[in-house]
Amino acid sequence: MEVSVTVNGEVRTADVEPRTLLVHFLRDDLGLTGTNIGCDTSSCGACTVLVDGRSAKSCTMLAVQADGADVTTIEGLAGEDGLHPMQEAFHECHALQCGYCTPGMVMAAVSLVDEYSDMDADGVREGLEGNLCRCTGYQNIVKAVLAASE
Amino acid sequence: MIPAAVGYVRADSVEAAVAALGEHGDEAKLLAGGQSLIPLMRLRLARPSVLVDMGRANDLRGISVDGDTVSIGALTSHSDLEHSAELAAACPLLAHVASQVGDPAVRHRGTLGGSLAHADPASDLPAAVLALGGTLVATGPGGSREIAATDFFTGFLESALAADEVLAGVRVPVSTGGWSYQKFNRRAQDWAIVGVAVAEGGAGVGLVNMGSTPLRASAVEAAVAGGAGASDAAASAAEGTEPPSDNNADPAYREHLVRVLTERALVAAGA
Amino acid sequence: MTVTDTPFAGGIVGEARLRKEDPALLTGEAKFIDDLDLPGALWVACVRSPHAHARINSVDTSEALAVAGVVAAYSGEDLADTWVAPLPCAWPVTDDMKNPAHFPVAQGKANYAGDIVAVVVATSRYAAADGLEGVVVDYEPLDAVVSIEDAESDRVVIHEDLGTNVSYEWPLIPDPEGVDAAFEAAEHHITETYVHQRLIPAPMEPRGVAVVPAPHNGDMTLYSSTQIPHVLKVMAALTLGVPEQKLRVIAPSVGGGFGCKLNVYAEEILCMALAQRHGVPVRWTESRTEAAGSTIQGRAQRQTIELAADADGKLTAVRATLLADMGAYLQLVAPGVPLLGAFLYHGLYDVPLYSFTCKSVFTNLTPTDAYRGAGRPEATYAIERGMDALAVAVGVGADEIRSRNFIPTEKFPYDSPAGLVFDSGNYQPALDRAKELIGWDARMAEQAERRAAGSTTHLGLGISTYVEMCGLAPSRVLASLNYGAGGWESATVRILPTCKVQVVTGATPHGQGHETCWSMIVADRLGVDPDDVEVLHSDTAISPLGMDTYGSRSLSVGGTAIWMATEKVVEKAATIAAHMLEANPEDLELTGGVFSVKGSPDAEVPLAGVAFAAFTAHDLPDGVEPNLQAQVTWDPPNFTFPFGAHIAVVEIDEVTGAVDLIDYAACDDCGNQINPMIVEGQVHGGIVQGVAQALWEEAVYDEDGQCRSANLADYLVPSAAECIDMKLDHTVTPSPTNPMGVKGIGEAGTIASTPAVMNAVVDALRPLGVTGMAMPASPMTVRRAIEAAGGGAS
Repeated sequence: MEVSVTVNGEVRTADVEPRTLLVHFLRDDLGLTGTNIGCDTSSCGACTVLVDGRSAKSCTMLAVQADGADVTTIEGLAGEDGLHPMQEAFHECHALQCGYCTPGMVMAAVSLVDEYSDMDADGVREGLEGNLCRCTGYQNIVKAVLAASE
Repeated sequence: MIPAAVGYVRADSVEAAVAALGEHGDEAKLLAGGQSLIPLMRLRLARPSVLVDMGRANDLRGISVDGDTVSIGALTSHSDLEHSAELAAACPLLAHVASQVGDPAVRHRGTLGGSLAHADPASDLPAAVLALGGTLVATGPGGSREIAATDFFTGFLESALAADEVLAGVRVPVSTGGWSYQKFNRRAQDWAIVGVAVAEGGAGVGLVNMGSTPLRASAVEAAVAGGAGASDAAASAAEGTEPPSDNNADPAYREHLVRVLTERALVAAGA
Repeated sequence: MTVTDTPFAGGIVGEARLRKEDPALLTGEAKFIDDLDLPGALWVACVRSPHAHARINSVDTSEALAVAGVVAAYSGEDLADTWVAPLPCAWPVTDDMKNPAHFPVAQGKANYAGDIVAVVVATSRYAAADGLEGVVVDYEPLDAVVSIEDAESDRVVIHEDLGTNVSYEWPLIPDPEGVDAAFEAAEHHITETYVHQRLIPAPMEPRGVAVVPAPHNGDMTLYSSTQIPHVLKVMAALTLGVPEQKLRVIAPSVGGGFGCKLNVYAEEILCMALAQRHGVPVRWTESRTEAAGSTIQGRAQRQTIELAADADGKLTAVRATLLADMGAYLQLVAPGVPLLGAFLYHGLYDVPLYSFTCKSVFTNLTPTDAYRGAGRPEATYAIERGMDALAVAVGVGADEIRSRNFIPTEKFPYDSPAGLVFDSGNYQPALDRAKELIGWDARMAEQAERRAAGSTTHLGLGISTYVEMCGLAPSRVLASLNYGAGGWESATVRILPTCKVQVVTGATPHGQGHETCWSMIVADRLGVDPDDVEVLHSDTAISPLGMDTYGSRSLSVGGTAIWMATEKVVEKAATIAAHMLEANPEDLELTGGVFSVKGSPDAEVPLAGVAFAAFTAHDLPDGVEPNLQAQVTWDPPNFTFPFGAHIAVVEIDEVTGAVDLIDYAACDDCGNQINPMIVEGQVHGGIVQGVAQALWEEAVYDEDGQCRSANLADYLVPSAAECIDMKLDHTVTPSPTNPMGVKGIGEAGTIASTPAVMNAVVDALRPLGVTGMAMPASPMTVRRAIEAAGGGAS
């Protein structure tokens, strides 16, 4: 069926099977490969995007469910004047190594600081419980999210 | 992994959903937030023939307090429950338990109705609704009926909903007495190995992951009602349970945990 | 901390410089394997045996072929003629090692749940997934061998043609009589047995392969999410009979490896064969759940360690005996993994006598191989847990027992009882600093207070000191271990006409920050901006020579090659500059990107001028070739031996058995550091990965050989919520074996943290009578241990 999704500010339309996962729609139909897939069970968060401004795991959502929605992927985060403050903070704090979890982690973090105000380190850690990283041990990720939320 | 091919219809109201279920039969499945269903479909452990997507039935979304009753639309997200000031005032247990479900992204999409209808004994919210003595409102071709939470969970991932019925909403009493939710797990994002929800100082006690369905700890409730202290009341927490065995816990350990967590919950709830 | 000479004068090395890798990774611009746009590519999906051990009576692909989008389906028999050789094992550790033939698609028998028995080729990933369900395989299930003890018994022999499940036995006992005598004379004889559970490496990016053939001229490009494009090229050419000069291997952005992408996998060879057969691009992306049966696992061994010590707790001999699980087949370097620890079971302690024996067996489980630390975490775990047991027996503290046994600093270079030469070390300051960071005395007092008060929330402190051998390594030493390749690394440094620089390295990064660090090394010496140095890697057409990235070797071997190539190119530039300045090359120095004559500050020429002169070649000295470029292949004379001390503090609820890691401090010494920010990042991640073995992770198999933790809902990779901030510091003891004095840091955290945490767990519970603990120390495991010791409030 035809779905029409506003992705990174642009209306994108495609004909998809109902079973098409949102993440495959983004990656395979729209060529937005920044959103990664790390698991089958909604556990790792590598595929996190913003749906109507809130984090969602795009592997646990069908493209048809996003019909009419506003989706932001990692490709849509940086503005004309450079990286988004969260991306900048990840860079400054060395909050990424292999970078595979990073797009999802950044999107989850952007949503997190928007949703919860005045977070401390424990709050950030709890809030990122659904995003796994195997490289960093999280210390610098927490630092980056706190820095970006100031 | 990739779901098997599936049909899809949209139902933007309860009536439309009931009609679609009637039309597509037993193999159709309601899709709310999809946070339980889609992972099962990806693993091909669930293979519905048709998805009836209720995600846009916006009149099923919302929280209202009227007198001593809180009414919540089935499509209200965990995140909405977590952040509702009204719910925090009227039924803090439910708001808190919602904040303990999955992770923020899951809470944005997952719904109260979806969680209850999925009837997973390892889920948090069913135990809370049991502890609160909630009532579920089901709508079918013949109209609506009320099902006590105690009667709702009939088997592993099975509920009292008929194949052509839709869970439209949930009602819980305003509950501001002592409450606690003790969730024991190894990682924050995981399902509870065991969870215990206590409402009204122990008048209601719901158990997570202690059997094939979400359970109410009736013996504990009776003991509390009879004036027993937290420790004595908690001693009967495993009564009537049939806890599962998995990588994290065998039945005996779960029975131990449920007693420990019940006592802690009762103490925290002021029993 | 320790002040030492540095060979770096440019002011760039040693800075916490931000990574040049980041912008592409932060914006989604980086291309991982599944991101490649390959028009017309066919998708491969693998039918994997659901049984751990089964005869394959028949494979019927007809229904699969009827599925929309499916182009072809093959059984093992269908592809039997495709392979020139079985999948390679490059480390036949003994001459009589048993090595079963392992082909990409099994024929006749499946030997673990995950063994590929058929393959489906389709026009999309969705169609390929659908096609899997159409392949009907008639299996005859056989008894599965799941435990290493069962394997050793040969109750069921998995590979009948081998006649046994034992692959090899490998002893290292320089003085058997001496060891026996030491144990007879010992005042204290500690015997401890530990089990290293199987671990799933779980890099966040699953594996993937894409092959693009050029059917008419015979070229083939293999893209793989691999740590080892160079090794893979050689092995793939040999396995499939593809002419090596026609094969190009590219590792695109690789989302972590941790050893599990240090291999030659069935899917790589399979996709090459299918691309040849179909004449179009072919690709496969692993799913996370599939990975439990398609990607190697780590650890998986039982170890017994015995310590002989005198009355003061001074070690007189160490004896280690291993039984290691190879899984169903021997993967690329699997047999050698125990050997990478074989020399280190005495840790960083001065011990005269040493005995090590390893027996490795086949089971009906996923093959094992190198996982972060590979052999060294196992060795460190055994000696560090054993030292705590010795401390208790002697009646001294965990810190004191270690201090009494450290190799004294004046003994370096140290001839180890296992036959190694430890390059440099200074162990006590690292332990002192770690104790300072954690507030050792205050924590000990807190523990005593809680114990006195009868608290049911117990505090435990655990120390792990460690030394590792890394920087694989001298080719001659590897030869003596029967390793099938060398341990060198190659580098080219090329100064372009505009004075921008290209560095070509054979080291292959997958998250380590090589581009940043390598450009810092070169920029520091040349006096150019690190952003003007481009590092080229991971593509055998661009970087034809290399031995890739594993074993914390990139800096000490690959980085050294870059250092030397830089020196070589500077030497050539100096010759040209001297010609331009009419001076002697020996009188020139290069500072801040300018050649000047020592003692004549006015006589100078910028490197940029020399670079352009080398390019135009209008006026070069006689015998000097145009252009500035140098290539070096470096084969180090020795391993490097990083070391350090880690301390974990845990809190245990005796009622539930829940363990909380509440504090962690580490003082590591990896010699000179290029970029301390990157060093810290490696240590952070390494520590968490090791803590995860102690507390959360286990590849759980049931008695039928089915993995019960195949996905990330069941395999407990920790999240930020389970982890804490760690307190880090370092000492600097340069390695004398390479000009930069560097050692390596990629594995240190993982090596040290597992025993630190487990020692803390046991320390916390010792008053309850608990003396040992299995990993992972899950709440149920801990609670059961407390109950078994007869304690524990309920």
